[in-house]
Amino acid sequence: MSTRRIVITGAGWITPLGHDIDSVWQKLVAGETNVAAIDRFDASTFPTTFANQVRDYDWREYVDSAARHGAPGMHTAFALGAARQAWESAGLGDLQGLDRRRCGLYLGSGEGVLDFDSYSRTSLSAWRNESSDIDDAAWMQAASNYIACNYEVAQEPNEPISHIAREFGLRGPAFNCLTACAASTQAIGEASDIIRRGDADVMVSGGTHTMLHVLGITGFNRLTALSTRSDDYRHASQPFSRTRDGFVMGEGSGVLILESLDHAIARGATIHAEITGYGSSADAYRITDIHPEGRGPASAMYRALAEAGIDPTASGERPPVQYISAHGTGTQENDSIETRAVKLVFGDNAPRIPMTSIKSMMGHLICAAGAVELIASLLIMQRGMIPPTINLTEPDPELDLDYVPNKARKADVDTCLSNSFGFGGQNDTLIVQRP
Amino acid sequence: MCREVAITGIGPINALGLGIEPLWNALASGSTGIRPLEAYDATAWGSPFGGELPADAFSIRKVVPKSHRKATKVMCRDIELAVAAAMAAVEQAGMTTAAAGDSEPTITPDRVGCHIGAGLICADVNELGAALVTSRSDEGTFDLHDWGRAGMENLTPLWLLKYLPNMLACHVTIVHDCQGPSNTITCWESSAPLSLAESMRVIQRGAADACLTGGVESRLNVLATWRQQCAGRLATATLEDDPSSIVKPFASDATGTILGEGGGILIVEERQNAQQRGAHIRALISAAACTQSIDDDCLLHASGESIADAIELALERANLQPHDIDAVVPMGLGIPGIDAGEAEAMSMVFGDNQPERILLTPVTGNCCAGHGATQLCVAAHSIDVGSLPNGGPAPTHVLVITASQGGQNTATILSRADS
Repeated sequence: MSTRRIVITGAGWITPLGHDIDSVWQKLVAGETNVAAIDRFDASTFPTTFANQVRDYDWREYVDSAARHGAPGMHTAFALGAARQAWESAGLGDLQGLDRRRCGLYLGSGEGVLDFDSYSRTSLSAWRNESSDIDDAAWMQAASNYIACNYEVAQEPNEPISHIAREFGLRGPAFNCLTACAASTQAIGEASDIIRRGDADVMVSGGTHTMLHVLGITGFNRLTALSTRSDDYRHASQPFSRTRDGFVMGEGSGVLILESLDHAIARGATIHAEITGYGSSADAYRITDIHPEGRGPASAMYRALAEAGIDPTASGERPPVQYISAHGTGTQENDSIETRAVKLVFGDNAPRIPMTSIKSMMGHLICAAGAVELIASLLIMQRGMIPPTINLTEPDPELDLDYVPNKARKADVDTCLSNSFGFGGQNDTLIVQRP
Repeated sequence: MCREVAITGIGPINALGLGIEPLWNALASGSTGIRPLEAYDATAWGSPFGGELPADAFSIRKVVPKSHRKATKVMCRDIELAVAAAMAAVEQAGMTTAAAGDSEPTITPDRVGCHIGAGLICADVNELGAALVTSRSDEGTFDLHDWGRAGMENLTPLWLLKYLPNMLACHVTIVHDCQGPSNTITCWESSAPLSLAESMRVIQRGAADACLTGGVESRLNVLATWRQQCAGRLATATLEDDPSSIVKPFASDATGTILGEGGGILIVEERQNAQQRGAHIRALISAAACTQSIDDDCLLHASGESIADAIELALERANLQPHDIDAVVPMGLGIPGIDAGEAEAMSMVFGDNQPERILLTPVTGNCCAGHGATQLCVAAHSIDVGSLPNGGPAPTHVLVITASQGGQNTATILSRADS
């Protein structure tokens, strides 16, 4: 098997905190959030009335020809902006002679947004009270009147990779995976493997998603997974706090440029980090619960650490990993089990490793969360500062790791571990190291 | 040395039923599973046919172990089909898992992965409609305020979990206790070949010894069918038409495709590991390659050049020449612009020496994220039984190609174990 090394040479994101690397970073280290009342639809009577929305964003500013992209879904629109930033920051925009058959894509993109107004109008008009069901022929007729065909077709989860490929002329291997909150971490891990085995030299990878729509909020409200702290929503995202009551919905995209080390060196690229470990596992436990011992998350971490050649329990002046980007959703179950799994894996080293959740500020970007959190990990290594876990004023006595509460902290970090765990039981971990 | 990856079990599921025999027999006899739809009333639509599974094809409560029966309440159609197909594949592979076989599992849970391609699952319109109608205002319009306050409570709390694409793999991994790497690839008709390629990579890099892989989907519901119809991909037909001749792959008078449901799950294993447990090796995966089209229209057209790139990459990786390929299983959807891309690619690669083509869509319809899995199952079975469905000679190497809605193209070469 090939032993090609994989490096990150570019990154970009469209997030609720902003649309460029530096301004978002400043907000992260300042512990700021943009949580506000949802205004994309009227959620005033929903159990959850607030979210972290992307605002003031126009994807057309990031593409060469908007006409080539028609009317993309919101997931595609976010991804085009993040991909453009990543592409340019990697210095690929002006590069001559790039073999685009050797450039591929692997995104963890969620689905787009159903036009709920039109859908509900269609369904109500076709509903038969007498038989309590939909009249299919009437539904079809109503759909033709109310639902926009092109809009619906644009909501497929593989649309973002198609549009990015079109924008940058990428003709190599192309994948999209949808493993809920683990998707973009998984995409980056698998993209690394595609380069490692020699099937591509460059991969555009990451994730994009929005579930900030009527049925998305409805679904998570029914699962009681969202915070309902409507009276104090700026403090609603409380990972690792005793009073945490669920996650806060976010949306957006994070995209990275992965390359083989040789390819990056040959073209003189700036190398931000090396991906040295990737681990993936399935809980195979229950559809609604994580295994109480954190079996799946621990397995993903063990696998990633083994690939990176890191002994998690090794003693030394510094722990073998100096920062953990937690999945840290702010649900009771996730934060308890993630803490338990980290202790299981790192043993006595666990309390020595700063572990934060930027979801406390950013909200949960679902499929895009892992990519955005990995980008934050790169910045932590480059800029020597760990953003805090905000809203952690009431510690949970059972959660006793170093969550860097409320204030950013200076730190010298060479090795980061980033966790993502999905509804449905897929767990993924990446390890990145300073080059 | 690179770990070789073998196919040891196949579990196709489609309009003909569960398992390879009914599909194989239909392909051999020229019969079809396409029939007037029963899943919903499509008589007023321009496309009233579908490749719908017979109602008695399987009972999901009988497929799953007792411990998982309660969970069948939160399975949508796609999940049921995937769970049934997985059980058929595991049983054919002679594997003993947490749910299959009577003895102790022959697999180590964390050495078994699961990669099941899936689609954008549509919520059941009757289930969602029954909840939406509770928030209808006096004027007959939808009252979002009421929905937020009370209406949404008419949806079961786990409603969302029925429709997440990765729940196919979730249920399958729970049923069979597969704790290795698991993924859900969502690239339309290319989902299953891309999943197979990922399973192969996972096994070759040593992260697992075996994987359940493939793809399954059912778009036989009003919203999904409407999306395809208004996108111009469906064949027009009336109930008077002969179901077996509506989809016409590569024909000059083709008008579009017919939706089917199903796909299949395959068991892939590291070759030595499979041999050590005495498994029958049905075929080897010689190569998998994929490319992306950059054309503006990936809905009704496929790029011949990009598909040809994938085929040539696969041939190169398998160290084969075009003349080594004995048969091709193309998508053959019956959508003129897609078929033209596939035909152009085959012409570019094979010239005047076109291998035999095995066409599935007239028999099963287009099973979308499951379609490539059906193609792979048929290719593997052809190699295993040493015959093509039409009685043609024993193939040594069979090529499967896909070109998805969205422009993801795949080429997979399956080969005889002694090749």
